Amino acid sequence: MSQLRAITHNGLWNQNPVLGQMLGLCSLLAISTSAVNAVSLGLATILVMAMANLIVSLLRGFIPHEIRIPIFILIIASLVTVVDMAMNAWLHDLYLVLGIFIPLIVVNCIVLARVEAFAAKNSAGLAAFDGVMMGIGFVWVIGLLGAIREFIGQGTLLAGIDMIVPGMQAIQVLPEDYPGFLVAILPPGAFFVLGLLIAGRNWLDHRANERAKARLLAAQQSIPAGA
Amino acid sequence: MSAPELAPIPIPPAPPPPGAARISLHTAVTLLAFTLAFTALMAGVYQLTKPVLDATALDAQRRMIAEVLPPDLYDNELLEDAIQLPATPALGLAAPTTLYRARLGDQPAALVFETAAPDGYSGEIRLILAVRADGRLAAVRVTQHKETPGLGDYIDAKKDKNKQHPWITQFSGRHFGDPPREKWRVKKDGGVFEQRAGATISARAVTNATTRALGWALERADALYALPAGSQWKEPAR
Repeated sequence: MSQLRAITHNGLWNQNPVLGQMLGLCSLLAISTSAVNAVSLGLATILVMAMANLIVSLLRGFIPHEIRIPIFILIIASLVTVVDMAMNAWLHDLYLVLGIFIPLIVVNCIVLARVEAFAAKNSAGLAAFDGVMMGIGFVWVIGLLGAIREFIGQGTLLAGIDMIVPGMQAIQVLPEDYPGFLVAILPPGAFFVLGLLIAGRNWLDHRANERAKARLLAAQQSIPAGA
Repeated sequence: MSAPELAPIPIPPAPPPPGAARISLHTAVTLLAFTLAFTALMAGVYQLTKPVLDATALDAQRRMIAEVLPPDLYDNELLEDAIQLPATPALGLAAPTTLYRARLGDQPAALVFETAAPDGYSGEIRLILAVRADGRLAAVRVTQHKETPGLGDYIDAKKDKNKQHPWITQFSGRHFGDPPREKWRVKKDGGVFEQRAGATISARAVTNATTRALGWALERADALYALPAGSQWKEPAR
């Protein structure tokens, strides 16, 4: 149980793919121009990560250590191709939005990183769970990044949601005549916002550390001398 | 609990270290096994999804044509009455495409074909347009583009924030005469077509490509309608 909790905490916060390990920035920057795009690609990434971790974990006895990297890449690339074809066939509207980004999952190093660092050494269930948790860690950050960039750049939230949930409308947060702030949509904006998010995380961690230290100190002081 | 007597296991002599050729062969076979297994997986999914993909591709084509040409303007089987266009630099097309001919009671009604603007802000912009037999442009739509989201992508009616009158609909029903051909430009270039502030390049690319394509079709309309279905279009020698 504590193992599951550790995996969850690692994926969502401690070793968060984006904020902690800073992996997968390539696809992160490319598609976090709006919240809907970002979250949708993130969901596809969760699927690929869970499947890749599961399969590598199941096959880990058969994969020679020396050639594990080409085999991992082969497995990941095949899974992405499968997800790509399946989405094209059965989730076509979503595919029209995300189609060009799906292949980016292959080069998202977070997938390979988890396969190498976790799935190759752990049992199938834990590996799949780690894939899902790391994926969720990726999604919440990329979704937040997308939302912030969309809000600053376009003044809307959830633009394009109607392509996924028909009938739902984007929220116009800022006035209609908001002129937009192009830098937020362009790649440099992704770096700026990501930098701020990482700074925010470090600040929260730092504050939590300070508090823990202060508590510890207080606890030590309250122990009477000589006890 | 008594263990059975065991004969001492003779320690086998250490095998000679395998040579480089053996190692590479063994490694290659392992890799090949994995490749085969995962290629089989992909092939299986491909087989499974192919019928669905073909159906959606056809459906998408029908829907795309319906965007530029209202179905009540023709009564023939449009997808059957097609001719092949070779790569046509005049239309910005580097690969063969298909041109569809709409007819109403055997009379020419419209030509539906693709064109491409090579000079978008982020590369090529592909368009589909329908040119009616009376010389009017029925409509034009963007089918593929990589323009900046939230800025240049208003050329795509689906992405345009103005849902009532998307930018691209200002071409619908226009012809060389309304406005005159030399005015088929964006306002910034002295023409009549709107552009949106900050993204003139996208609008200019679409406008110019549309103008070129309309001119191309009008010059060849009779020959294009006359060609038997299924044949290949050849640019007449001048």
